[in-house]
Amino acid sequence: MPVASHASKRWIGALRSPLGITAAVLLVAVLVLAVVAPLIWQGRADAVQSAEILQGPSSAHPVGTDLLGRDIFARVLVATRLSVGLALLATAIGVTTGLLLGTAPVLLGRRAGRWIGALINIAVAFPALLLALFFAVIFGVGAKGAVLAIGFATAPGFARLTQTMTATVSSRDFIAAARVAGIGRMRILARHVLPNIAEPLVVSATMAAGTALLSFASLSFLGLGVQAPSYDWGRLLGEGLAQIYVHPAGALAAGIAVVLAAMAFNLSGEAVARAIGLRSTHAGKRAETATDHQIAQSEPEPDASDQPLLAVQNLQVSFPTASGEVTPVRGVSLTVRKGEAIGIVGESGSGKSLTALAIAQLIERPGQVRADRLDFLGADLREGVEQSKNELRRLLGTSLSMVFQDPMTSLNPTQRVGRQLAEVVREHQGADRRTAWRRAVDRLSAVRIPGAERRARQLPHEFSGGMRQRAMIGMGVMANPKLIIADEPTTALDVTVQRQVLQLLANIRAAEDVGLLFISHDVTVVGQVCDRVLVMYAGRVVEDLPTEALLHDARHPYTRALVAAVPDMTTDRDRPLAVIPGRPPDPHDLPTGCPYAPRCPLASDQCRQEDPALTTYAAGRRVACWHADLAPAAVPDNRTASDETNGLVQGDPVASENTDDQIAAPLGGERP
Amino acid sequence: MVAIGGPENAWARFGMRRAGQLVLSVWVLVTAAFLMIHVLPGDPVRASLGPTAPLALIEQRREQLGLNDPLWLQYLHYLGNLFTGDLGVSMSSGLPVQEVISTRLGSTVEMALLAFAVAVVVSVPLGLLMAVLARDTRRRGGDWALTSAGVVVATIPEFLMAVGLVFVFSVQLGWLPVAGRSGPSSYVLPVLSLAVGPAFMLARIVRVELLAVLQADYIRTARAKRLRSGAIYLRHALPNALTATLTIGGLLLGALVAGTVLIENIFAWPGLGGTIVGSILAKDYPTVQGVVLVYGLGVLLINLVVDVALAVLDPRSAIREA
Repeated sequence: MPVASHASKRWIGALRSPLGITAAVLLVAVLVLAVVAPLIWQGRADAVQSAEILQGPSSAHPVGTDLLGRDIFARVLVATRLSVGLALLATAIGVTTGLLLGTAPVLLGRRAGRWIGALINIAVAFPALLLALFFAVIFGVGAKGAVLAIGFATAPGFARLTQTMTATVSSRDFIAAARVAGIGRMRILARHVLPNIAEPLVVSATMAAGTALLSFASLSFLGLGVQAPSYDWGRLLGEGLAQIYVHPAGALAAGIAVVLAAMAFNLSGEAVARAIGLRSTHAGKRAETATDHQIAQSEPEPDASDQPLLAVQNLQVSFPTASGEVTPVRGVSLTVRKGEAIGIVGESGSGKSLTALAIAQLIERPGQVRADRLDFLGADLREGVEQSKNELRRLLGTSLSMVFQDPMTSLNPTQRVGRQLAEVVREHQGADRRTAWRRAVDRLSAVRIPGAERRARQLPHEFSGGMRQRAMIGMGVMANPKLIIADEPTTALDVTVQRQVLQLLANIRAAEDVGLLFISHDVTVVGQVCDRVLVMYAGRVVEDLPTEALLHDARHPYTRALVAAVPDMTTDRDRPLAVIPGRPPDPHDLPTGCPYAPRCPLASDQCRQEDPALTTYAAGRRVACWHADLAPAAVPDNRTASDETNGLVQGDPVASENTDDQIAAPLGGERP
Repeated sequence: MVAIGGPENAWARFGMRRAGQLVLSVWVLVTAAFLMIHVLPGDPVRASLGPTAPLALIEQRREQLGLNDPLWLQYLHYLGNLFTGDLGVSMSSGLPVQEVISTRLGSTVEMALLAFAVAVVVSVPLGLLMAVLARDTRRRGGDWALTSAGVVVATIPEFLMAVGLVFVFSVQLGWLPVAGRSGPSSYVLPVLSLAVGPAFMLARIVRVELLAVLQADYIRTARAKRLRSGAIYLRHALPNALTATLTIGGLLLGALVAGTVLIENIFAWPGLGGTIVGSILAKDYPTVQGVVLVYGLGVLLINLVVDVALAVLDPRSAIREA
């Protein structure tokens, strides 16, 4: 059976890690000792030698002798069988009982299941040792009582685990199908549910055995478990503790044995859990191969007429991976002037968001940002450049604001919204609590949050998505920003709310003369707010053009494809631009030549061999394409069938008019 | 996504649900403690007095304990007595059980609370340190060393930890008393034995939770506000990491209460832990019943406190967990 061989492969895989090897060696040693130790050392362990009472470690007795002159080391070894055996027995009882209780909802139906569930919930609240003491009273003092006590004390935890996993599996489609097909409960349980939860159960049972071993040792230690003349590790520990002043080795030997054996079980469980992927210790970031990329060429700086707000030249962002460095942003240059709105569009993975984060100095180690120039308000932001960290922090904190994609997760869930806003001016402008709070309320009402005074005292989860995004924008205008970087600020919002947020950004921009860097995968949205648009592909800018030219006069085939793929109300917004055939290239493995060539209808041999540089095409327009001269009309139709239904086919007058409307509407009357 | 109904409403519902849960748990606990004696195989009085006890004495004890009444009447009596704070009479000492408990409860609570305080005070900064080290690519080694040490230490159960600590600090170094409760120095080893394991366990939780929280979008927002990294860790990350930590912390505190049983026996601590083991061995059932009840109520109280604290710290939990 392929499934079985796959599973066993994974279990064997557990052995390959250092953890797995250690665990396996320990576990085998413990189990072998449990079998052979009494056969070999029983006589030595029980030999009473009145002449050698309470001796310290010697060559004859490695850890000395006890009150009756018996060899403690031999006794510890012999006790392995009873200690491990009783612990395994108790685990077996616990697992069986737990399985029965946990699967009760499947076997007995919902109502009985609910009662048992409630009982389990109450039982799990109590620590296992307390339950074990309780059951020890009922089942009586002694080995038998202790086995039952520990078994039943383990059961509730197991029942809970089984219950949760069974509920998850039961809700899956194939169980429902089996039920509809009229298969009996018992059969469903045996055939469909148990095999699906077997692996995690075995892992937990292994760990439970370790815990049972410790619990048993503690009960015996207290005198409630194994009774003389039998002995397990707990009993030896108790006897040893009484003599700890005279000779401590006795107590320590039994203690070490218990810890090692318990660790053997726990580590085995842990190793298997890791191997079969129950626990992910570290989510591997980027494991694939990466080719070290030569940064082909930097883009020429656009001509700067006046002092720009933001000037970026040859910006690169790279991350180390297991097999070298990847560079998802490869030499981006852009300029934002005072009050100007620049849009960056591209598919996901084009590097547009990383560009935004890099400009805002929010790329974290091990990510690396390099640039020939990265000036904001005349200050050099590049790392390593001589500068005052605190001054820079204040400058960025007051003059540069960020608005992120997902308003549901971008606000701190445990802090009142007003406090999160107030924090900005308290941190950077030394405002006192009351002034900062008043400013926060004022900003909230400025972003049209009704009842701002009351709302400021609420927590983010009491806000709707659109309100949260407006609160984020409000946070952005707490100080006196000169530049707002908005990274897909409307992607997570529905269409009506999206409009309001865009309008708000446009208003703020007009009223406060703030520059805007607007990142989006959606050409329409960018068209609505921006003066200029930069189109990014595979970590580079491939076209830079005024918004007016976007619809009908784009030069790069990729830009034209983006425009053609504009979604409308009927398109699924979760699938950005799925209608451009092919996929964006993997930054690990860029093709030679133009990275868009494999998807481009115009691609020629030149395209496949040489990467075109971003060059000035006309006044204020740049493009990186060997075929930029081809008129838009000459573009072969590379759109897929779904485009037709979009109603945004190029040249269709009705559709184009619609789009023009959309672009004009929110800005009408807002801009000077 | 706006919460339906006001926040007051949500709090009221949370209070009702939690109170109902508590009442049900207490009832199950009380009934379990009552039944404990009655499901015992054989006659508990005969078991406790031994096979040589005269029949008249056994009969007298049975009458005294009300064991000759029908079960439901005994149950009603038991409940009635509980409400008046009467837990019965110890079979071995003849003292009222509530008196035995009240003289010993204090020192157990004291030890448990001290140990929990130590565990929390150590674990939060330790977990924070581990998280900071883990995020710094150049200092991962420190995190690795602390995490591994934590795994090993947290596997050692408290009674073995106690034996080890006694060996080092009392036997070898002779700095601290080996047992008993007399003066501040006698508190050190029992409290440490109880606290070290949970402290490392909690530190691991704090570390994992912090590392997860530090990936959150709102931390990026805090960084975009250009806060000092101290403010980001302490003001924005830590409060969000504490809810999960507190949940586990509650479980650990419950386990810690149970751990006092072992520790008290090792250090001859005059608390309830010594009492319960002694009375189980002496088959002094009324005392066992009373102490089990107190331990159980203690655990339920801890769970309640943790839940309320969670609801206050993370208001979403009260609303969501419907």
